[in-house]
Amino acid sequence: MVPKEKTSSNAWNDYQPGDFYDELISSPGNARKPAQKLYSYLKSLSPDDIASRKQAAESAIREMGISFTVYTDEGNIDRAWPFDIIPRIITKKQWDKTDAGLKQRLQALNMFIDDLYHDQKIIKDGIIPEYVLKQSANYRPECEGISPAFGVWAHICGTDLVRDKDGEFYVLEDNLRVPSGVSYMLENRSIMKRVLPEVFEKIHIAPVGDYTSRLFETLTSLSPRKIKKPVVAVLTPGIFNSAYFEHAFLAQKMGAELVEGSDLVVQDDDCVYMKTIGGLERVDVIYRRIDDLFIDPEVFHKDSVLGVAGLIRAWRAGNVALANAPGAGVADDKVVYAYVPQVIKYYLDQDPLISNVETYLCYDDKQRQHVLANLDKLVVKPANESGGYGMLIGPHSTKKERDTFADLIKANPRNYIAQPTLALSTAPAFIGKNNVPEPRHLDLRPFVLQGKDSYATTGGLTRVAMKKGSLVVNSSQGGGSKDTWIVDTSSSTNVSEGQ
Amino acid sequence: MLSRVAERVYWAARYLERASSTARLVSSYENLLYDLPVDYKMSWYNLIVINDLEEAFNERYSNRTERNVIKFLLADEENFSSLVNSLKAVKENVRTTRDVVPEEAWELICELSLFAKENLEQGLKRRSRHEFLDEIMKGCLQITGLLGASMPRDAAWEFLQLGLNIERADMTTRYLEAGLTAILALEEDQKMVNAQQIIWGSVLRSLGATQYYLRTTRTPVKGHEVLPYLLQDPHFPKSIAHCLRAIVSACEKLPQSEQAVTKLKAVERKLATEVDYENPGEVVLEHLNQLQIQLTGSHFVISEAWFPAEV
Repeated sequence: MVPKEKTSSNAWNDYQPGDFYDELISSPGNARKPAQKLYSYLKSLSPDDIASRKQAAESAIREMGISFTVYTDEGNIDRAWPFDIIPRIITKKQWDKTDAGLKQRLQALNMFIDDLYHDQKIIKDGIIPEYVLKQSANYRPECEGISPAFGVWAHICGTDLVRDKDGEFYVLEDNLRVPSGVSYMLENRSIMKRVLPEVFEKIHIAPVGDYTSRLFETLTSLSPRKIKKPVVAVLTPGIFNSAYFEHAFLAQKMGAELVEGSDLVVQDDDCVYMKTIGGLERVDVIYRRIDDLFIDPEVFHKDSVLGVAGLIRAWRAGNVALANAPGAGVADDKVVYAYVPQVIKYYLDQDPLISNVETYLCYDDKQRQHVLANLDKLVVKPANESGGYGMLIGPHSTKKERDTFADLIKANPRNYIAQPTLALSTAPAFIGKNNVPEPRHLDLRPFVLQGKDSYATTGGLTRVAMKKGSLVVNSSQGGGSKDTWIVDTSSSTNVSEGQ
Repeated sequence: MLSRVAERVYWAARYLERASSTARLVSSYENLLYDLPVDYKMSWYNLIVINDLEEAFNERYSNRTERNVIKFLLADEENFSSLVNSLKAVKENVRTTRDVVPEEAWELICELSLFAKENLEQGLKRRSRHEFLDEIMKGCLQITGLLGASMPRDAAWEFLQLGLNIERADMTTRYLEAGLTAILALEEDQKMVNAQQIIWGSVLRSLGATQYYLRTTRTPVKGHEVLPYLLQDPHFPKSIAHCLRAIVSACEKLPQSEQAVTKLKAVERKLATEVDYENPGEVVLEHLNQLQIQLTGSHFVISEAWFPAEV
């Protein structure tokens, strides 16, 4: 009989971080400084302890009803949120720098969007070539000349960060349309408090819970009516949307109304009203989670039943604030992405605090030649897709896939960019029936707000590619998630989170 | 409050009440069957009749066996009123009204539907059924308890009351109708007091009314006492009179309610009409039938006053 192991210490000593930056383990048997207490705690757990913690997390997720919707041929299925109980840890020092960089980036992007819909100085000054705008899928001429409050178009941004081999964060993409995931970031923390409560007593982990109140403040600051309590609504496409859980969650946590398109109506006075049991009530701010093109059948897709006829009319008249503003998506074009360092320099006269990943523009003849010659080494992305769809990951691709992408690029070079395959950082995750810690790749999506003030979440949503060696972290494609801890290693640390 | 949200809160309450009464009905019916004379042809199929589900049942099953009836009432995905579907409907309606119901309600309903799904097989087996149904009833009570203890008495609360009370009133008339129908179906030689007592006793039990019936009427279980108690007692929460009063007073607290209140008060007046309950027969049955039609009508009165117009 094999003796039952009392701790999982051996499994941890065998952990090989490999040729990547590992978030917790610097070399076999050694944890990074902010992770040391967690590491010795994890090592002290027996395999049975780990299994029961893991199970506790799973039942918490099901009982808390944390789900996302997957579209399949058999209809929409609610899946429980996939979660790994080992957190990813970032030092406060590094996070403070990142926090400033995120705000800087969003500020510059908002100035850029505002410029595009007004004077287009950045193009006239030759910083960004005209073709970028001319052929942009998400530029909305309908929005030209409109001036949203504070000149801000993208109020809520989900910025995808990755950590490369050098341990530095890089921006992978900016999501300025309807980024999702923040509710999972908040719920991950509540799960962790249930599952590993004793760790929270030992380590000072920065709280994340103020996001919803900051979001609410950001939204109310946009109200066109300067009244004490403006009416704020979250506009959802409805329960069949994969992020419906989040829409309901945010409305609840903000005390806002959760509305669907059919609950709203725009009257002849160009104001937006919601249909209540006592009649019509005016709405001041709409946090819309419906894509631009479906938001108003008067202006965009005529057959959209999700939106509200006249919404753009009301917005243009300055009678309602829309967050994010329609047209903000012009800046999350991946070709624009390549120019963000210049955008920051142009508007803010600053150097970017967080770097971009090196990017090749297929529109440029020379760069395209390089991309086509190196398809097996590069990651090719369409300029305007989100959710990790339509990509070619060179090193994992077949000859046939590369040929297809070569044709796609030649047919529409403006629509493709390429980047070197990154050595995405890893963190241990409990894998398999025996819960052996193994390295898995991950990224990080912090959420950045801008209204009257700027704000970035403390950490963000860490997404994990649960398949060995995989770089795809999207939950719709088998990704999982982890709680993200910002840990201050400089101060005395025996303080509990105190929430 | 949004009209759509009002409607969903209302339906969440109706389905919650439906889930708990289905559980109680199945659980109390078992008791009844064991007590009745062996030659009395009362079967599980009556539960299908009580709930007006004959057509749906017969489309699915050809044998009216205990297992089929129970399966249909508790587990069938095609039966929109089955226990699992009712819980699913509560969950869907709570999911879309999370901004007005207490946040713990969402967790409780997730837990309860999960429990029902994972233990359904226990509910189908006779030996473990009682325990399963007991858990379901407790789960429903826990949710109603939470709502009662934590919701502010604003419009959302009133719509919750409307849903609960319409569903309750509907159930009570159904049970009364079923009881009376069963009595009228008794053969002459079975019309012994005992069989009548068993049937009315079961009606009371399936509404959880026995204890308070006895205390209030101070009479043994007899039809001519049970009928007026469950119809007109002003205090018992599942009596029609109490439900109607709750419905009217909830409506009165809502905006723009004049028309609805007028219409619902007419139903109250109908209920108050003198009926002779001594030796109840076809006349009483017809009275119950009329009441039920009017109660079904109150749903439309409410819907017209506050819910979004059908597109």
